[in-house]
Amino acid sequence: MSEMTEPINDFEPRITAFVCNWCTYTGADMAGTSRMHMASNVRIIRLPCTGRIDALFIIKAFERGADGVIVSGCHPADCHYTAGNYHARRRFIVFRELLGFMGVDLGRVTFSWVSAGEGAKWRDVVNETVERIRELGPFDAYHDLALRQAAGAASGTSLDVPDVVAPVVAEAGDAS
Amino acid sequence: MARIGVFVCHCGENISRTVDCAKVSATLKDHPGVVVSQDYKYMCSDPGQTLIKQAIEEHDLTGVVVAACSPHMHEKTFRRAASQAGLNPFVVEMANIREQCSWVHEAGPETDAKAIEIVGTIVEKVKNNVPLETIHIPVTKRALVIGGGIAGIQAALDIADGGAEVVLVEKEPSIGGHMSQLSETFPTLDCSQCILTPRMVEVYQHPRITLHSYSEVESVEGYIGNFHVTVRKKARSVDEDLCTGCGDCQAACPSRKIPSEFDAGLGMRSAIYVPFPQAVPNIPVLDRENCTLFKGRAKGREKDLCGKCKESCLRSAIDYEQEDTLIDEKVGAIVIATGFKLYSVGREQPEGLKGYAEYNYGEIPDVISGLQFERLASASGPTGGQIVRPSDGKVPKKIVFLQCIGSRDPEKGISYCSKICCMYAAKHTMLYRHKVHDGEATVFYMDIRSAGKGYEEFVRRAIEEDGANYIRGRVSRMYRDGETVKVVGYDTLAGETAIFDADMVVLCTAMRPHKGNKNLGRKLSVTYDQYGFISSAHPKLRPVETTTAGVFVAGACMSPSDIPDSIASASAAASKVLGMFSGDELEREPTVAVVNERTCIGCFNCERVCPYGAIEHIDVCNRENEVCGHVARVLPGVCQGCGTCVATCPSKSVELQGFTDEQIFAEINALLTW
Repeated sequence: MSEMTEPINDFEPRITAFVCNWCTYTGADMAGTSRMHMASNVRIIRLPCTGRIDALFIIKAFERGADGVIVSGCHPADCHYTAGNYHARRRFIVFRELLGFMGVDLGRVTFSWVSAGEGAKWRDVVNETVERIRELGPFDAYHDLALRQAAGAASGTSLDVPDVVAPVVAEAGDAS
Repeated sequence: MARIGVFVCHCGENISRTVDCAKVSATLKDHPGVVVSQDYKYMCSDPGQTLIKQAIEEHDLTGVVVAACSPHMHEKTFRRAASQAGLNPFVVEMANIREQCSWVHEAGPETDAKAIEIVGTIVEKVKNNVPLETIHIPVTKRALVIGGGIAGIQAALDIADGGAEVVLVEKEPSIGGHMSQLSETFPTLDCSQCILTPRMVEVYQHPRITLHSYSEVESVEGYIGNFHVTVRKKARSVDEDLCTGCGDCQAACPSRKIPSEFDAGLGMRSAIYVPFPQAVPNIPVLDRENCTLFKGRAKGREKDLCGKCKESCLRSAIDYEQEDTLIDEKVGAIVIATGFKLYSVGREQPEGLKGYAEYNYGEIPDVISGLQFERLASASGPTGGQIVRPSDGKVPKKIVFLQCIGSRDPEKGISYCSKICCMYAAKHTMLYRHKVHDGEATVFYMDIRSAGKGYEEFVRRAIEEDGANYIRGRVSRMYRDGETVKVVGYDTLAGETAIFDADMVVLCTAMRPHKGNKNLGRKLSVTYDQYGFISSAHPKLRPVETTTAGVFVAGACMSPSDIPDSIASASAAASKVLGMFSGDELEREPTVAVVNERTCIGCFNCERVCPYGAIEHIDVCNRENEVCGHVARVLPGVCQGCGTCVATCPSKSVELQGFTDEQIFAEINALLTW
């Protein structure tokens, strides 16, 4: 068993959620209004629509040390802006393939639809994701890469690892 | 240099019970760029807002973060306060530490840490906020009302009386909705048609109301103040301008055995028909599915089999070749008032509901629905107001009413309370006892819910003065027993079975949303709940607004409502519309996309993904002033700010104001600093 997959009991996953303003953010508010208790590991970044999500945001979150990412918006056909969630879904499918290709466990990225009325579903998405990431363990690959890059830049030496992050992201960003 | 002020709200104890607000405030004081950080019991209160205003002036703040409730709750409040102190409102943001922190976690260091981080990310975002200007857009002072039931009628009349033009679209041949089918109304027992039909006529004659009956909304484009609506006027087969409503065609029609929708299937109508005598407009519609001529045509007969109505019409108003027409209407606001439908108790159940096969509705003719009872009791009904059994026309001496059929029953029906059934069951017992003095009325109920002015007194009157027999309990089985219906129930107060030989049984069925609500919701980008009722923007504070600006909602398409509720919400929606129309321009938030025309490569991917057609082509000229290419520009009045173009742009030439890449990356960077 490798070091990474060993269960770490005191490991608290860090999860970033990119959610749309109209459905999932309001759904998360609804969970609050209904006083539904849930794990406190998720940090929400509010966007107008999942269509606004650039794959770079997800890469950036991983690079900054996120162990998992949630993307959540309105159900199909319910998008406040008619079709932003469809664009997000298409982009996400392509992006997911690339993440898999690069060796990232796809269990680290969750895509869900949570409507403004689905506070309970949001709670479940949060709790399930936290539990899954807890089992997967910390994700340091991109974080380390960023730290090494920063250290290299500071010391003036060139980076001794291939710069895989940037080109991949550019492709993913185009693939709508 | 950024000079940010952080203001942490206790929200009474809503936040401070689980989050250490003083600690949050103290920690943020040391955050780079924060010059002042304070906590207070109620930030949204007047002293709270004053505290923020004073800090803005005293510390010459460049940005404000209010750590409190959801931005959906008070963002506007704090932005307004900041602008009163001379700060651009769009450099004010809210950090949601209530709904998404204090209300969903227990007190403890982790919750404090989360709150601190949430505030920190928003501080980093605000450092990248720039002052923005509110966008002004023109407004078309014309409203569309969808649905011509009592809610739609009221909304249309209120808006038109307020001076604006109204387009009223009704999918049935006549306006009036369910209210026109009722006999008397609770709690006053006044005749439903007597109070409704004058209002229907008023709609028809109003100089500022355009009525499209037998029409449906085909598509909606545009945005608040500037909607383009396409209305499909279904082929009526009758020229509305020529028809005088004389009724000769109806008399001439040989197909006369079609169950009347208006009489809830208890009466018959002809194939060309006016749904009821007081219909507005009083113009018949030809039901092509049941018309001999059209049935013949569908079977490929070359010669028309009938044509009696056309022969009978002295004005030559009948047009068999008429087709659907599409009408374009420009409006500034939309009111949804599509009403409800009744839960059908029959064997075929929608959407996987278990239903109530044990009641044998549809198989025992004397088991009828509440709406059918209304038609029996109505003076304009198929029996002229005589309450008789559908099976043999005899006067029933014993009627059993069953409440909560479908309502409050998550197991077999739906979970919510339909609100009106307790009251109309009480009304039915009264109407019955007033007409059949020796009759016996029994009601099986779960609870009596009679909240409303004069409602409880009304139910007491049914019991005490009109002798209705109320039994608390449910009925498990009903079957035919000779001429009567055997009703097997249980009286939970007496603790014994209650068996009745009823002459007639009335089922008080649940109110459900129209199937078309979801479709309409999608056309208007309006959300609906799990049942299909249209959701309001806020259940308490914004009950008649929807999540789409400029679209309002009234009546029973939101939730089960009685007539007074529907009228109140319709008038509320109308006042919102008139408020919108009170100025020549509307203000909207500048959360719109902006193209950097210098870096745009003119690929127009943005145009392909934009749901609003907000992208226009701008000419790019060379030194000789010849057009040599095109770049994109966003029309700020049309853009709704989804940001899909931003994520699609390959040259990163589009930014969404309020959610720029800089702002979002700043948030991500701040989030994961552990």
